[in-house]
Amino acid sequence: MEAGISRPLPGIEDRHAVPIRLTINGVERQLDVAPWTSLLDLLRERLDLTGTKKGCDHGQCGACTVLIDGRRINACLKLAVTLDGADIVTIEGLAQGDGLHPLQQAFIRHDAFQCGYCTPGQICSAAGLMAEGRARTRDEIRELMSGNICRCGCYPNITDAIEDVLKDRVSEPAMPV
Amino acid sequence: MAGAAISRSGIGAPVDRVEGRLKVTGAAKYAAEFNEAALLHGHAYASRITKGRIAAIDPSAALAVPGVLDVLTHENRPDLPLLRRHYQDEVASPGIPFVPLWSDKVLFAGQPVALVVAETAEIARYASSLLEIDYEEEPHETDLKEALHRAAAPWRTRKGYVRPKSRGDAPTAFEAAAVRIDGEYHLMPEHHNPMELFGTTVVRHDDGRLTIYDKTQGALNSRNYISKIFGYGGDEIQVLSPFVGGAFGAALRPQHQLFLAVLAARHLERSVRVVMTRQEMWSLQFRPECYQWVKLGAEPDGRLAAIVNHAVTNSSRLETYTDNIVSWGGMLYRCDNADLEYRIAETDTMTPGDMRAPGAATGVNLFEIAMDELAYAAGVDPLELRLRNYAEKDEMHGIDYTSKALRECYAAGAERFGWARRVFEPRSMREGRELIGWGMATGIWEAMQSKTACRATLRADGRLEVATGTADIGPGTYTMMVQVAAERTGLPAERIEAKLGDSTLPYAPVQGGSWTAASTGSAVALACETLRTRLYEMARDLPDSPFASTGIDDVRFEDGEVVRNVDPMNKRMRFEAILEAAGCPELKVEETAKPGMISMMRKARNSHSAVFAEVRVDEELGVMRVTRIVSACAAGRIINPKIARSQILGGIVFGLGMALEEESMMDHRLGRFMNHDLAEYHVPVNADLFDVDIIFVEEQDEEVNPLGVKGVGELGVPGTAAAIANAVFHATGKRIRDLPITIDKLL
Ligand code: FES
Ligand code: FES
Repeated sequence: MEAGISRPLPGIEDRHAVPIRLTINGVERQLDVAPWTSLLDLLRERLDLTGTKKGCDHGQCGACTVLIDGRRINACLKLAVTLDGADIVTIEGLAQGDGLHPLQQAFIRHDAFQCGYCTPGQICSAAGLMAEGRARTRDEIRELMSGNICRCGCYPNITDAIEDVLKDRVSEPAMPV
Repeated sequence: MAGAAISRSGIGAPVDRVEGRLKVTGAAKYAAEFNEAALLHGHAYASRITKGRIAAIDPSAALAVPGVLDVLTHENRPDLPLLRRHYQDEVASPGIPFVPLWSDKVLFAGQPVALVVAETAEIARYASSLLEIDYEEEPHETDLKEALHRAAAPWRTRKGYVRPKSRGDAPTAFEAAAVRIDGEYHLMPEHHNPMELFGTTVVRHDDGRLTIYDKTQGALNSRNYISKIFGYGGDEIQVLSPFVGGAFGAALRPQHQLFLAVLAARHLERSVRVVMTRQEMWSLQFRPECYQWVKLGAEPDGRLAAIVNHAVTNSSRLETYTDNIVSWGGMLYRCDNADLEYRIAETDTMTPGDMRAPGAATGVNLFEIAMDELAYAAGVDPLELRLRNYAEKDEMHGIDYTSKALRECYAAGAERFGWARRVFEPRSMREGRELIGWGMATGIWEAMQSKTACRATLRADGRLEVATGTADIGPGTYTMMVQVAAERTGLPAERIEAKLGDSTLPYAPVQGGSWTAASTGSAVALACETLRTRLYEMARDLPDSPFASTGIDDVRFEDGEVVRNVDPMNKRMRFEAILEAAGCPELKVEETAKPGMISMMRKARNSHSAVFAEVRVDEELGVMRVTRIVSACAAGRIINPKIARSQILGGIVFGLGMALEEESMMDHRLGRFMNHDLAEYHVPVNADLFDVDIIFVEEQDEEVNPLGVKGVGELGVPGTAAAIANAVFHATGKRIRDLPITIDKLL
């Protein structure tokens, strides 16, 4: 489930490091982190969990969306030291073994990505949306998914994919008419 | 030719993207995600002035930060070749390319003037804030409006520039015309903003060789650029870009993070990564601002008598960036008199660059707003106006098209949209407090092909690899290659692997201009055809061959087998069995597909579209929603309808951004783009997209290229912004000639 190897804390951060405990994709980890390290950089640069993307580092694009204790959050806006004890799920932790998460399957089927860079964030955000239980209609999905920018412009396909999973169905992907 | 190899995954099948699983699980790795144990991080520090020189740099405070290894500036950088031609890349505009840390000169806002290298990206960034730089500022000119008076025809132009060709006497015909419109149209600068930040990871091996992961639309372009500058031999560096998080033209040319990362890696003899911030990406190239002046003169029935289309865009002081802006209307419509003129004005900015449908996105969209104005001046339905002026030929060059099914686009789009029910009068449709408007426009793009090579390798286990140095920035190139190979070899898609984004693979140009499907597709097809022939010959020449004394036309290629047309049940052989029997561990061929130059010039090659849009405008608040778009496209043969639809959809979203949202705003006192992040530079989000219907009309084209495909990457943009702007006019009665149409312009 976990990709890659984690890198040690860079020497220079040693003397500032704060110990924290995180559960990431079901694996509990003891980590020493510098107080300025965002969750996003921790995932990408230290733990080699690069599935979580950086599109702005300012909470403006949604590419870094992960689930913290089940809630969707921009990982670039969270300092890792504030998350002691948290349970984090990233895109790498959504699939169960070889089987893809229904959202992942629906995204493939509905061609809900092109370059794929916003995709992990879209999928994690959609997973958070499901858990919130606030979206019932297409319009609500569109509104509540608007924190995740897709510059490739896959929006209607993203909505189709999420609507399928929300309504527990498998519909035909949109085709040229 | 051998019997047609038809498979479920071949050309025309709406298969899922072959790399889909990697992308939805986060396993697809982008340039800044190749981690190395002892990686250093560079942060490029941007100039705080727009023009002038650096009088002094004091890096001591930055160097004193623990974890900082070095600060590279123009004063201490390693020697570089003096001749500027070493810095030109495959798609450079003519002129002198910008080179970071070249000298003390500052030429544009945000120019990188120092690179801080440290153990972590945070430390590099923090330390860069401690650099002390004294500048000597000079006055800058960044405002295109102020520069209009010194705009001139470009004296040097780049490959692909089409010199506008006037005909007849348009000024006189315009004066004499019964119906006339005359307007100034304007487009604000736009930035590409792919979701992935520009980044390069340079892995330095002990023997000095470099493996470079770069965000680029052309691994070979990046490789050649770095090789030329730093003097690397063929196999000393390898550039890889298996996945690219969008680019839209921004990664056609090597960007400064590539140069800086290599510079630092060589200098420090370490592996280095440089990633730009989102804000820094506003100091890269952009779609230039444009002023366009259009005069249209027509007969009372709307038939065009005169087209006058002049435009000015900006370029930098370094290079001459040109766009094809003014030709499109002159190509699209029958009119004896056309006066077309394009000029550029130099300003103190970074050189602009190609952004999705460069030239056409600007020129077609602004021109098609003028056409709508003409429809209203003549009292003719906007669609009917296009039909009355329909051209069978490329009217600017007076040559035929290889194919042009635009008439079918108009018909299919109008039908699907329900255009016939439209009421001509503006402000005539409403629902509650919302005014409803319906607008339409024509779109056009080029159907180009460039020389591309492909290697096809059939392995002992019967699996096929097709490989070429192109990129897949999102259009589905991996999948397209597999589908073409599946069709040509009869192998099922699961047994084919596409390889790209690697500078060691056979030559391919940068990915752009919608030419990849035609270019790469043709190369894959050719390589697979040769492979097929060689495999057949190998099988025929085996002792006791089931194909003895046959010709290649007597067999077909099906599901991984060569099958004889006569007695197919008994006379067949699996690909892997052929290789084994022939004692051949793998069969490898390489072919290069290139367009026929003569035929390229004899006929025009274009894709077309008809776009219809519905907007709803809140009468009191001015809030606009684009509730429906129908885009009917003629783009030749469609390799994968599901993925091709997504490409047009992406273009439509770009067009929507152009119509209503996107603009980079510069404070000309500072010479700097001020809204340089995704909170202030608005791009469409999910809530902006309602119903989008995309139609591909039948367009058979044997001439455009061997596959008959025209490409769909750009076609969604030209026409879309105009259709929306025209719909806003229909809803509100207000003609906005200045894109984007923001609420303030409407109220
Ligand atoms: S990277 Fe976190 S919101 Fe953009
Ligand atoms: S798929 Fe490219 S940004 Fe969404």
